[in-house]
Amino acid sequence: MSDDDPTLGLRRVLRDDGSAQPDTDPFLADDVLLGMLRELLKIRRIDERMLGKQRQGKVGFFGTITGQEATPIATAFATEPSDWIFPALRESAIMICRGFPLGTWLAQAYGNERDVLKGRQMPSHMSGRATNQVAWSSCIGPQIPQAVGAAWAMKRRGERAIAVGFMGDGATSQPDFHAAMTFAAKWKVPCVLICQNNHWSISVPTAKQTASATIAVKAKAYGMPGVRVDGNDVLAVYGAIKEAADRARAGGGPTFIESVTYRMGPHSSSDDPTRYRSADEVAEWAKKDPIDRFERYLRKAELLDDARRAEIVASLEAEISAAIDEVEDLGPPSREVMFDDVFVQPPWHLREQRDELRALPHAPSGH
Amino acid sequence: MREVRCRDALREAMAEEMRRDPNVFLLGEEVGHYQGAYKVTQGLLEEFGERRVIDTPIAEAGFAGVAVGAAMAGLRPIVEFMTWNFSLVAFDQIVNNAAKMYQMSAGQFPVPVVFRGPNASARQVGSQHSHAVEAFYANVPGLIVCYPSTPRDAKGLLKTAIRCDDPVVFLEGETLYNVKGEVPDEEELIEFGKARVSREGTDVTVVVWGRPHPMVLKVAEEMAADEGVSCEVIDPRTLRPLDHEAIVASVKKTNRCVVVHEHWPYGGPGAEIVDRVQREAFDHLDAPVLRATNLDVPMPYAAHLESEVIVTEARIRAAIRKVCYLD
Repeated sequence: MSDDDPTLGLRRVLRDDGSAQPDTDPFLADDVLLGMLRELLKIRRIDERMLGKQRQGKVGFFGTITGQEATPIATAFATEPSDWIFPALRESAIMICRGFPLGTWLAQAYGNERDVLKGRQMPSHMSGRATNQVAWSSCIGPQIPQAVGAAWAMKRRGERAIAVGFMGDGATSQPDFHAAMTFAAKWKVPCVLICQNNHWSISVPTAKQTASATIAVKAKAYGMPGVRVDGNDVLAVYGAIKEAADRARAGGGPTFIESVTYRMGPHSSSDDPTRYRSADEVAEWAKKDPIDRFERYLRKAELLDDARRAEIVASLEAEISAAIDEVEDLGPPSREVMFDDVFVQPPWHLREQRDELRALPHAPSGH
Repeated sequence: MREVRCRDALREAMAEEMRRDPNVFLLGEEVGHYQGAYKVTQGLLEEFGERRVIDTPIAEAGFAGVAVGAAMAGLRPIVEFMTWNFSLVAFDQIVNNAAKMYQMSAGQFPVPVVFRGPNASARQVGSQHSHAVEAFYANVPGLIVCYPSTPRDAKGLLKTAIRCDDPVVFLEGETLYNVKGEVPDEEELIEFGKARVSREGTDVTVVVWGRPHPMVLKVAEEMAADEGVSCEVIDPRTLRPLDHEAIVASVKKTNRCVVVHEHWPYGGPGAEIVDRVQREAFDHLDAPVLRATNLDVPMPYAAHLESEVIVTEARIRAAIRKVCYLD
């Protein structure tokens, strides 16, 4: 094996000077490139606003994607509407970029009366049938075999759709990862499994997860193609996912992608990363910021200047603020909806519990 | 009516439902070419082919997770666990995923999957291979738990389970597979949450499901002959939802109640039934409600020890005698 090996090297498009490598450049249309920038800036701004809301006590939890935006945005652009997304903690915003209304998505983080998940799921665990995005499972890994199962259903029905499953680097230590890779390759299902290697599983560095040279190289042992891509290079990630998706659609089976990136923020709103990693390390990665790198490219290609950027930022700010204002002060969901959807056929004992609850005063809120 | 073994009744249910609905498929360890570790799936591969009867790698968490994903995407998987003991490595997929996806997604993603396989003690297979898992799974909102004790119920409940849009934990008594019983010739779907009175009586209500069911019927016959005690035997058939009304109605008639089960006595459906009876039939009880259960220890291997741990006819009889004040 050598660095020509796609599981050991690092696939890139964007050079440090802002030019693109022609051999890997997906040559996307100008409006698509600018659309990507807008979505990248949008989910970063949503992160900032929602982490602020968490600090103010307005939402209970938030898991940010800051620094890792390239992969979810590339996914949104490289997939088709009928494809299914099985996200991990940080990829929830893919559905926004695939057309899910922002206000409805934000209402879920607040867990209020507009929340279509009826106050049941933590923020960053949103799901939406209309965009074929499933809720992340809080235990690390179970969504990976589920993505394989969904992909298998699509194959069995002869559909064009594929499934995309996400995980972090820590999840590759889980038995679920092993099982999912085994089944995906053996059954040759149309799926793309993407590991966002952000170097930290809360406080555990990737070096403590595995003795493997890379994570991508593991794909070989399972019998599927693997590729290691610069996860802060949105065009490189797009190219890798698009190739994998095309192969899956054409009956070529699954692909495993390791997207090498960095979690700039805390693991979640409950974490303080200064306790376990150095400011120097964070500063080094800040220089490789995926949005800065992409902007450099767009400026060099003369698709972006200060005025155009300010225009995008202003329109995003208005859009996000309006969506927050629309939902922030709404009331809580009715307590009686708790008994809905536990079973498709509601059993008698839940009606009994609901009636008992109705007779009691409301519990004091935990906040 | 035909005389059918329990394992054949289960296979008939799967085959009929697979003929009826092309979205139904079966996956698990050795379900195809080997015809199932307990031969419940015998002949299904030949009829339905490898696309619908799938031998999986040995990875319970993997194929349980694959089934959950396939169910979310619109298929109707039947997962066979070689025994329910092995489901414990797939516990997260069953409890945290199958059971919660519909609720977490507020009804957007139903998970119509059946997890089935043999449950409870077999013979001399030790502590890790003898679990009666109904206490684990019946605790979880979002799961339906069936535990039939006759071939007729096994077939009728499994057909209902396969058509059900909720995830179903379907427990088959490992030592009941060879038990024969009458099964109707015409199609029968048995509704969840409906108990069956398997023996009418007037002196004491005995609630029992799964493997100890035939033992209770035997004890009931012996006690009627020996001591003139008339036992009414109620088989709930599904532990979630539970037909508390049938149980309470029977206790109001007999004024006494014994619950017999294999799972450990601490917590679980046995305790749930006792709670229901004391709440809803308190004024009708002439004696405290008792249970006859497995002993509260991990299952030993040695045959003479194992026979003591599994609920015995002697313990069932002693509990019935006690509530009837015959001691």
